[in-house]
Amino acid sequence: MNTYIKLILAYLKIGLFGFGGGYAMLSLIQREVVGAGWITNTMFTDIVAISQMTPGPIGINSATYIGYVVGCDAGGMGWLSGILGSVLATMAVVIPPYILTLYTGQYINRHKNSPIIKSIFKGLRPVCVGLIGSAALLLMNHDNFGNTNYELTASIIICAISFLIVRFTKIHPILVILLAGIAGLFIY
Amino acid sequence: MIKDSFYKIFWSFFKVGAFTFGGGWAMISIIEKEVVHKHHWVERDEFLDLLAIAQAMPGILAVNIAVVVGDRLRGVKGSLCAALGSIIPSFLMILAIAIFLTPETIKNNETLNAMFKGIRPAVVALILAPLVTSAKVAKLNRITIFIPIVTALLIYSGLPYISNPIVFIILGIVGGYLYYVISSHQNNKTRKEDNE
Repeated sequence: MNTYIKLILAYLKIGLFGFGGGYAMLSLIQREVVGAGWITNTMFTDIVAISQMTPGPIGINSATYIGYVVGCDAGGMGWLSGILGSVLATMAVVIPPYILTLYTGQYINRHKNSPIIKSIFKGLRPVCVGLIGSAALLLMNHDNFGNTNYELTASIIICAISFLIVRFTKIHPILVILLAGIAGLFIY
Repeated sequence: MIKDSFYKIFWSFFKVGAFTFGGGWAMISIIEKEVVHKHHWVERDEFLDLLAIAQAMPGILAVNIAVVVGDRLRGVKGSLCAALGSIIPSFLMILAIAIFLTPETIKNNETLNAMFKGIRPAVVALILAPLVTSAKVAKLNRITIFIPIVTALLIYSGLPYISNPIVFIILGIVGGYLYYVISSHQNNKTRKEDNE
C-alpha cells in the first residue's frame, strides 16, 4: 500500500480514537508511528521533546513532523514530498474530529435549553474539573520540575508565582510564559 | 453575544496556538483570557460548557476548543478561522524545524533549554488556574466535590482501563442523564400529588 495512504490512515485513527488531549494521546501516537516502523522509539522521544519546546498541541506537532519524515522517505522529491506528507498527516488528524465537534456543538447549542442537555452538563461539569486536575497532576513530574533540589525549588517558586499572577491579576498568560522563560535564563 | 470579524477570531486563536506549550490543557488559561475576559465573546459558565463539549469529543483538545468557540461566534466559517488559527503556528514552526534543523540542534541548545526549564513549571500553573475557576463555575458542594477529586486521582493513577479519561466523560454524561430521569420522575409525582 502507498506510504502516504498508510500515513493518512494512521493519523485518521489517532484523531478519531484519541481522547483526553495531549499527553493522553501520546501512547496512541507512539503505537501507530513506531509500530509502523516509520521512526524509532528514540526518535519518538526526540519529537516529544521538540513538541515541549515548540508551541502548539502535541497532536499537531507530531503529525507535522512525522508526516515530513515519512513523506521524505516515500516521495522521492526531497522536501516537497516531506511537506506533502506533513500536510496530509495534519489534515488527517484534524478533519474528522473537526466535523464531529462542530456538529455536536451545534446540536447541543440548538437544544441547550432542553432539560436533558442541562442535566447532562450538570454531570459533565464536575468531571471536566477532574480532567483539568488530572492534567495538572500528570505534568507535575521530574520532566517539568527538574531533578536536583535547586531545580525543584526554582520550579516550585516559578509555578507558584505564575499561578498567583494568572489567578489574581489581569496580566495576560502569554506574558507570564515569556517572563518564566526569561526567569529560566537567569536561574539556569 | 458580539459578532466579531473572522480576522479577529483567527488572530485570537493564532496567538493561542503560538503560545501554548504543554498541550491543550495549558491553552485553557490563554483561551479564557482571550474569549471571556478580553473580547467578552462568551460568559464564563458558557465557556466551561463549551470546554466540556470539546473534551467529550475525540481529537486534539486545543483544536476542538477552537472549533466550538469559533462556531458559537460566527458559525461554520468562524470555527474554520479559529481552528486554522490554532493549527497554523505549530504547523509552520515544526515544518521549519523538520526542514532546516535536526532534533539534536534544538535539544542541545543551552539557551533554549534554560528558558524551557523556566517555562515548564509556569505551564503547570496555567493549568492550575482554570482548575480553580472551573471548580467555582461547576458549583461543587460537599458531596459533588469528590467527583473531580476521584476522577483526577484515578486518571493520574495510570491503572489500566479506569485511567482512561473517556470513561469519566461517559460516566458524567450517564450520571447527568440519570439525574434528569430521577428529577423529572419526582416532579411528576409532586405534580400529581398537588393535583389530587
